Order: sequence, then C-alpha cells, then structure tokens
Amino acid sequence: MNAAGALARREIVRFFRQPSRVVGAVLPPIMAWVLIGSGFGSSFRAPGAAAASSSYFAYFFPGTVVLVVLFASIFSTISVIEDRREGFLQAVLVSPARPSEIVLGKVAGGTVLGFLQGGVLLLLVPVLGLPWRSSAFLGAIGIVLVVSFALTGLGFTIAWSLESTQGFHAIMNLFLIPMWLLSGAFFPMAGAPRWLQVAMAINPLTYGVAALRHGLAPGSEGLPSTELTLAVTFGFALLTFASSLLVVSRNPTGPARRALKKKKGPAS
Amino acid sequence: MAARGALPPRLRPDQRLSATSGPVEVNELSACYGERKALDQVSFRVAAGEIFGLLGPNGGGKTTLFRILATLQRPSSGSFRIAGLDPEGDRRALRRRLGVVFQSPSLDRKLTVRENLAFQGALYGLSGARLAERARALLLRLSIADRADDLVETLSGGLARRVEIAKALLHAPSVLLLDEPSTGLDPGARKDLRELLAELARRDGTTVLLTTHLFEEAEASDRIGILDRGRLLALGTPAELKQTVGGDVITLETADGAEAIRLGAEIGRRFGATAGAPAAVGSAVRIELQKAHAFIPPLVEAFPGRFRSVTLGAPSLEDVFVARTGRLFRENEPGEVAS
Repeated sequence: MNAAGALARREIVRFFRQPSRVVGAVLPPIMAWVLIGSGFGSSFRAPGAAAASSSYFAYFFPGTVVLVVLFASIFSTISVIEDRREGFLQAVLVSPARPSEIVLGKVAGGTVLGFLQGGVLLLLVPVLGLPWRSSAFLGAIGIVLVVSFALTGLGFTIAWSLESTQGFHAIMNLFLIPMWLLSGAFFPMAGAPRWLQVAMAINPLTYGVAALRHGLAPGSEGLPSTELTLAVTFGFALLTFASSLLVVSRNPTGPARRALKKKKGPAS
Repeated sequence: MAARGALPPRLRPDQRLSATSGPVEVNELSACYGERKALDQVSFRVAAGEIFGLLGPNGGGKTTLFRILATLQRPSSGSFRIAGLDPEGDRRALRRRLGVVFQSPSLDRKLTVRENLAFQGALYGLSGARLAERARALLLRLSIADRADDLVETLSGGLARRVEIAKALLHAPSVLLLDEPSTGLDPGARKDLRELLAELARRDGTTVLLTTHLFEEAEASDRIGILDRGRLLALGTPAELKQTVGGDVITLETADGAEAIRLGAEIGRRFGATAGAPAAVGSAVRIELQKAHAFIPPLVEAFPGRFRSVTLGAPSLEDVFVARTGRLFRENEPGEVAS
C-alpha cells in the first residue's frame, strides 16, 4: 500500500505544480455551462418538469460537474502514457511494487483530482441559487467521488495499452465525449428519438448523471430510480477498476516499444 | 582506472551502500523479434563486486540484454540469475536486490530530488526515519545534498544522472545495472561517473553491470564482453582482449575504400608474409604486426603518396573489435535505431 499511496500522492502534487492543468480542467466546462446555458435558456423545457423551476442552467449543471470529472480523469490517466514515454514508469515497472498497487495508486490519484475539481463546482450550488437539500447534497458529493473513480479506471484501461497521447485524444473524441453527450447531461432521455434512448439506456454514465441529479434536485422526474442509478454507478466503478487490473496483469510492461520492432540487423 | 589505487580500503558491511553482494549469471540467453535474433545464446558471469562492461555498437543487442536483466522483457530462451535469484522464481525478491539506471531519465521532473527519492523508497517499502537517513547518506556520497530541495527540472544533465544513481542505490541493491550511463554527459561528468562506479564496486562491494558503446568507458571496467549482432564475440579483461590482437597496429589512411583495398593487396604482394595480413577497413589499411615500427620506413618508401597518414599504436579495444568482426565499430551505426 506504501507504493500505491506514493503514486497517488505524486499524481496530486504534480497537478498542483502545473497551474495550466488546474485552469484547463475547470474553466472550459464552466464556460460551456455559462454559454450553452445562456443560449438554450429560453427555448429549453425539461419534459415532465414544472417550467418555472427548471432553467437550462439548472438542468445542465449536473452534466457540467460530470464533464469536469471526465476531463480530470482523462488528464490524469493520459499521464500514464506520458510517464511511459518520458521514462518515469520504467523505474516503477522494475520495482517490487505489485501491479495491483500501481493500478490502485494511479486510479486513486486520478479519483482524488476528479473529485476535487468536481467538488469545487458543487460549492457553487448554493451561490447559484439552485434547488438543493443538504442531505441530498452530501449524497451528490459521494456520487461525484464514485463517478470520478469509475471514469479514472476507464481512462487507465484505455491509456495502459496506448503508445501515444494522440491515440488517447482520438479515443476521447470518438468514445468518451459521445459517452458524456449521451448521458442525459446535455439533453433529457425522454424527448430523444428511440434509437438515442436505447444508446442512453445502455450508457453507464447515464446512471451517474442521473444519480447526481437525484442528489442535487431531489424529486426530479423522468429519471431511473435512485436505487438503479446507484447500483449501476457502483457497478461501473468496480468494472473499470477490474479492467484496469486485467490490462496490467495481461501486459505488465505496456505496449511493446516501436523502436525494437523496427530495428533491423545491419546489412552484412 | 588511475584513481583506484588511491581509494580507501573496503568499508565495514554496516557502512556500505550495498547490503549484500551478489553475482550475475547469464546462461545462453536468446531473444528474437520475429525472424531476427537480437540476442543469440549469450552466456557470461559477473563476480560479486566486479565492474562488467557490455561493449557493442548500437543495435548490437545491448539494450535487449539490459531489458531482459532489468526484468522488463522475457528472453525467448535461456536463463539468468541475479544474486542467485531466478526471475521466473521469485521476481519480486530479485527486484529488491537489483538497482536499475536507465538511459532515458526516470526521474519526475516536477518533483524535487528529495521527493523523487521518497517516492522510490515507497516503491521498495522504505519509509520514515530509515528512508530519510538512507536518502541523506546517498545525497552526501553523491555530492548532491545541496540540491536536495530543488526540482529535478532545474538540474544539469550530470547532476540529474547522479540523482538517477542515488535513486537506484536507495534500497541498497547488490547488483547495479546501468544502460549507457554516460549518454549526454560531458567529459568531466563521465570521469566523475567512472570514479563513482569504481568506488561503489571497491568500497561497497556492489556488482556493476553497464552497457556502453564508448571504448573509454569499457576500458574502465574490470572485464568486458563485446556484443555484436546479438552475439558475444569476446570476453575478458581489457588487457587480455588487447593481447589477442597480434602485436601493434599500423593504420594507413587512404583516399577512399576502393583505394584501401587496392593498396592492401599491393602491400601483400610486395612484402608477402612480412606484412602480416593487411586488411582494408573503411578507407584505411590496417596491419597487425609484432615490432610494427620497423615496417613503417619500407612501407613509406615503397608506396610514396599513396596514403595520407600513417599511425602506429598499441592495440585498442577498437582494434579488438575490428579484428573480431572485420568491420569498423562505427560502420554499424547508420540505419540503426538507437534505443
């Protein structure tokens, strides 16, 4: 556990020593929230909700928190690829630390960062005058932690087998961002076409966003039940952590190095 | 190594940077990448407390051998033991006895020197007062104590390499494995590094195994193995290997490779057995002879203007390489991917 703790601490120390990362992780989602919320504000009406209590700002807020957490976990797991490329990881891989400690350390570090960044946003809730109750609010904080753990595990699983950060960006655009768009963060499931509803129903992040919505706006309608959202979110977290362990135990040193594959014997 | 004689005697076990000493045994290691054999049946032993240099051109198989010994890659066949431990048996116990210095930096540049050491300590199960004491002793020994609280990104290449070595020694390994340790160091820092490694082996009894493509670095090893195209071509002390070359070496530098071949053949015809076996190597003709100095005047008179320069030298490790492979050391390099 010593090794896992050290890896997690390093992740957090590094984050705070790179101010551009702090700004880059929190500011864009808040900008998106303000701009999109303002743009849609007058034309949006959540199905089944009383028009007066539901501005798009309020609707979009839980999704924005999840987006901050998603960005945080992406950036912290991209560091797996950077650590490998810069050489830091090789010293970890020849140490007696167990693969499970390496996974736990990296994922715990990313989880804490995602939680801190998402949590900062949650502090805005009372200031913004969004509807909230303290007991449900504590639940929302817990949900942010679990969602952060799940997304960091997902990012780790992807990053471990990739050689370049470009590869990660491609997967982010093709897979992670669509996953967020179809999570009910951006538009509610109820009004979507049938095929999108199916995609949203099988998207585990849908349940994370819904769980957060239950916490921030108790009594929200048109959502899966609280029990179901919690069960799927915890299950998602366990699944991504298990898959992180699996990719590392299958391939303890990560992708084979290109240089070795390309290297040819001298012509004789 | 000139500095060796001046070093103090071996330290008491409790003062040493290595907890215990251990040998390295390599038995018929092979590694294949598809059709190509990067390592072909390589065997050697390194005694405890010995400095062993693996010398070879880039692409010769050094890095593959290093990665296998560092437990980052499994061999296609063959086995090895470090401090008596088999990587397929107890890999974690073996890793505790092994210190690894990589060619590319493994430090976190955003952490301070001390934070990097604390992190490394955690990986090896060191913490608290024991870790702090150990880190302090190493920083003093490696003369980097005054930079302990600086971020690694502010250190020069030579200092950063010292921190790499301190990091690798933190858990008191009995075997220190280094991949091209002098890469990127200026000549002064290279000399410091050689002295440090000698001190580690002599005073602390650490077994040092390093790879290098530099003759001067190999020269400073107790024993060397020459690795070319995946095969171990020679094994012995630098002096032993040089003795295998037949006497001194005359090198005639000519205009180009074709001229070197022509001149070599003409020297052979003109002087017969007295000229030994002239060999064209690159744009030069190379002649190994006992009492080679006496042969220079007749050569110069017989072939005026045919060569730009003539040099006479005691055999070097480069001559050993040329004698074993028929190629210049550097000929291997174009087209190779350094790794």
